[in-house]
Amino acid sequence: MALAQARIDLTEARIAALELPHGANWANEARHTALTRLRAMGLPTARDEYWKYTNPAELTVADAPAAALFDPGQDRRVFEDIDRLKIVFVDGVFDAAQSDDLSLEGLEISRLSDVLKTDIHWAMDLYGHLETHGQDPVARPLAALNTAFATDGIVIRATGRVSKPVSLIYLHQSETSDAVLHHVIRVEEGAEMTLLEQGPAAARFNKCTEVDLAPTARFHHIRAQGRDHARRAVTHSFVRVAEAAHYKSFTLTCNGVLTRNEHVIDIVGDNAVAHVAGAALGDGKRAEFHHDDTVFVTHRGEDCESRQVFKKVLRNGASGVFQGKILVTPGAQKTDGYQISQALLLDDDSTFLAKPELEIYADDVKCSHGSTTGAIDEEALFYLRSRGVDHSTATDLLVLAFLAEAIDEIEDDTLRADILAQLELWLARRRG
Amino acid sequence: MLEIRNLHVELEEEGKQILKGVDLTVEAGKVHAIMGPNGSGKSTLSYVLSGRDGYSVTDGSATLLGEDILEMEPEERAAAGLFLAFQYPVEIPGVGNMTFLRTALNAQRKLRGEDEVSAAEFLKLVREKAKTLKIDAEMLKRPVNVGFSGGEKKRNEILQMAMLEPKMCILDETDSGLDVDAMKLVSDGVNALRDAGRGFLVITHYQRLLDHIKPDVVHIMSDGRIIKTGGPELALEVEKNGYADLLAEVA
Repeated sequence: MALAQARIDLTEARIAALELPHGANWANEARHTALTRLRAMGLPTARDEYWKYTNPAELTVADAPAAALFDPGQDRRVFEDIDRLKIVFVDGVFDAAQSDDLSLEGLEISRLSDVLKTDIHWAMDLYGHLETHGQDPVARPLAALNTAFATDGIVIRATGRVSKPVSLIYLHQSETSDAVLHHVIRVEEGAEMTLLEQGPAAARFNKCTEVDLAPTARFHHIRAQGRDHARRAVTHSFVRVAEAAHYKSFTLTCNGVLTRNEHVIDIVGDNAVAHVAGAALGDGKRAEFHHDDTVFVTHRGEDCESRQVFKKVLRNGASGVFQGKILVTPGAQKTDGYQISQALLLDDDSTFLAKPELEIYADDVKCSHGSTTGAIDEEALFYLRSRGVDHSTATDLLVLAFLAEAIDEIEDDTLRADILAQLELWLARRRG
Repeated sequence: MLEIRNLHVELEEEGKQILKGVDLTVEAGKVHAIMGPNGSGKSTLSYVLSGRDGYSVTDGSATLLGEDILEMEPEERAAAGLFLAFQYPVEIPGVGNMTFLRTALNAQRKLRGEDEVSAAEFLKLVREKAKTLKIDAEMLKRPVNVGFSGGEKKRNEILQMAMLEPKMCILDETDSGLDVDAMKLVSDGVNALRDAGRGFLVITHYQRLLDHIKPDVVHIMSDGRIIKTGGPELALEVEKNGYADLLAEVA
């Protein structure tokens, strides 16, 4: 079907503002293929079903809307006390001076920009491949754009149990930066690693991560998307989970004019586990807040478990979206799928839109889903206040209690405590 | 300690008058009991004093140690020394009992301009108090009142009271839902807190709680007013003859 002229114009205007980097033959081919796919799909507009609740205009417009910088002052930074391998990107550009040496036992780490210039590399079988695969049945044009135009990123192969997390630290220092990063991660059989991500990467950020888990591999992902108000971001995680592998991802989002986090998970082997969780706090007072979690989990193996746990706390006109789907293909028997999306609206101005979907073609599965939108429990609030806890502290206690189910998805005690400490700090900041 | 004068209270939404001129003074060191039939306004009195939404005071006053509490936020009343043991303690999933107790204790201290209690000090204190109420470590770890039995909830109320050391304690039907053993345990907890500087207002339907927590003064409440005040013998009279005789006598 031919695209409407408006969509073609939108797509071409965006493409014209970008430069197709040159590298090794396979990389050039991957980029050109992605570009062709992007042109065939066209960039999304608010009229697309998949973007009905989140207007993509600011993500697709040729020039990134400017974003004021946020100064967190002397506040403790997330993961500050965690022993980790630091990899720093400033406005989407790798910063070797601020990063640790890219070496850690059990890991091969390279810059994407180097890898794409290498003639033969293991990542050539992955770069753009999981993304392409994730385009069906729902098109994700901004991810195709990413594969075509990504300028940098990190390429990691885990071959053993890695002693400390790899920590991607994004720094936003330019009000007009427009970063396109692409990460490729392969965790080999029996290997295990943790990836941390933190910070607003740029004024506008398009990030794509492809994660390939070999049988019995374990991958933990914990992300904190920063406190700045003005940023816009679209992120995609394309994940392939083989037999008995474990994928666990948690994202904390505070503030941000526009955030769309997509997770596309393909469980291809038996006995595998995939958990995706998110906690978002949005306050529309200083700047708009719109946060969208879009998840698509496909079960192809038997006896697999997937969980989607998403919680949002919204106030002052903030808006939240959840689109979550579990697709159980024929033969994916004994699937255990769980999906919950909940919003706590702290006032009457905020909104939450949820679209939970189950599509099941196997007859011996357990899939449950739920979605709730509610206000703070006035009884609990009064009970706390009657014990001397002031209104805002009591509210925050209830907010933390509400978010607990999502935060509990973080397996590692130290990392969970770190995220919780950060959350408490942010809440205390807001109380002033 | 607590002085209530001519207190008139309406339900905010319905405009229905519940309290129609309550006069009551609880002195420091004394235990006052309020008895009365269902719907007489006993629980409303406790809610209005603790600052729950939904009630409007149309006339009268209530002061704690000379301070007007009706103008205060619920947390300020707590910091001023008021404590309500709830008839139906609220379950708060996701908030640990220990976190709750510590937050409350420190919040009150902060409002009073006192230093916060250290984690170690707090732990010592809570363990000691919990032990006498037979509250085990497991119960302290669980979310506030979640999955607690009726008796456990009421013991948890008394634990909070013991930790917060209020000046004026209001017990709203603390005996409801308690078996004999639990009632003894809860009463012992309350009696342990009785001292010359603390006042108690015990709201109950039945005499039996007053066998354990011996009142100095007993009031009978009916239709939003205190209709009779007497000594402990008044409670026995209610137990023996019911409210009907008393009500008839006053009318």
